[in-house]
Amino acid sequence: MCLALPAEVHSIDPARETAVVALGPVKKEISIALVDDLTPGDFVLVHVGFALHKLSPDEAARTLDLIRRAGEDPIEEFAA
Amino acid sequence: MKYVDEYRDGDLARKLSATIAREADPGRQYHIMEFCGGHTHAIFRYGVHDLMPENVHYVHGPGCPVCVLPIGRIDNAVELAEKHGVILCTYGDMMRVPASERRSLIKAKADGADVRMVYSIRDALKIAREAPEREVVFFAIGFETTTPPTAVAIREASAAGLKNFSVFCNHVLTPAAVAHILSSPEVKDHRTVAIDGFLGPSHVSSVIGSKPYEAAARDYQRPVVIAGFEPLDVMQATLMVIRQLNDGRHEVENEYTRVVTREGNVKAQQLVSDVLELRETFEWRGLGEVPNSALRIRKLYAGFDAEQRFGITTSKVRDAKSCECPSILRGAKRPTDCKLFGTVCTPESPIGSCMVSSEGACAAYWSYGRFRGPDAPSKSTQHSAPKEAAE
Repeated sequence: MCLALPAEVHSIDPARETAVVALGPVKKEISIALVDDLTPGDFVLVHVGFALHKLSPDEAARTLDLIRRAGEDPIEEFAA
Repeated sequence: MKYVDEYRDGDLARKLSATIAREADPGRQYHIMEFCGGHTHAIFRYGVHDLMPENVHYVHGPGCPVCVLPIGRIDNAVELAEKHGVILCTYGDMMRVPASERRSLIKAKADGADVRMVYSIRDALKIAREAPEREVVFFAIGFETTTPPTAVAIREASAAGLKNFSVFCNHVLTPAAVAHILSSPEVKDHRTVAIDGFLGPSHVSSVIGSKPYEAAARDYQRPVVIAGFEPLDVMQATLMVIRQLNDGRHEVENEYTRVVTREGNVKAQQLVSDVLELRETFEWRGLGEVPNSALRIRKLYAGFDAEQRFGITTSKVRDAKSCECPSILRGAKRPTDCKLFGTVCTPESPIGSCMVSSEGACAAYWSYGRFRGPDAPSKSTQHSAPKEAAE
């Protein structure tokens, strides 16, 4: 029920508060009534036909970096 | 898929697994409740529990809106479709949930009622516009993720002056459920259910933010780490809970920063509070009556409230005898503790809601864990034997 997928904004219709988003080859019209300040190229979290939130590319990179660093073994690193 | 595939990387998962094994104190047990069904499924689908040391346990929470809806409300939906002759639109998950006397929406449909499965409440609005002579009711369920779309649709219907559209509102709130679980005697005093910390909701938190969990973390002294639904998110958040427990901390931390902020989506929150208001109490399957845990439609939009339009009253209906869904939803039992699991209760012919929903714990065990033997997937046996056999 709460599953949502990140999709890329293709085009925006501000009058109707809708956008066409692409998820791989699939394109779909969704409502953007819940999210302000979108531009094509942004990624949004899509849930039951609505954009719920904009994705932050910086935070996405930071989390991956955190995960990579958490996976390092300090002893192994020291020995190397 | 961007922002998905990189959080499923097997090499990184193995490294994280080694870190967790190094940092988990062998002298203690870690019981971590993953609130959401989305987490439960990630844990099973990607075998995350096999990557945990023996003393790290996942306790499955009630975060499956289909599972926690009491039977009485499903009876109401069946009644709307059959007795009132409306076009009843609903999310797919609800179709096969058992109502009283082994009825369900899909059976009502087979018997001729006009029940339609939709992807979005926007589709229900479209049906209402195209069939002005019919009453169209949307069976709205879900946590704070699906609530803002419902609010937007009601506002849109009101602006358009749609007279034949209404919503049967069953939206429920996660922080109230977290607090309720933590305040129950079986958890609070570690009497029967051990919960040392939480993996906090992911997409719900994109809407409400991480702030609403701060009171529960403080008052009940349990760490809460907001976690995404991908396997690396779940593992990283697990590590963060373990570190908090090792340090004796109980804070709200956020692993899912790419979509969750402390404040959440303020615009969505505002829309929801414009259209919906708190119910004093609401019944949850498994948890019973939970105060301030659900939403109803405000008086201003009373014309769109199916409960008022059709005079709906909900009776208390007992769960199927021997079905352990209620205890499973509280984390008190596992699906394999239920004697109906995999015998008379299967996804094809479900007795309890936890077997129906794609987010239910029983469905997760059935799909990914039922061949593990009687004790598995509890931690006691599966860690060594099946894993080596697989290698």
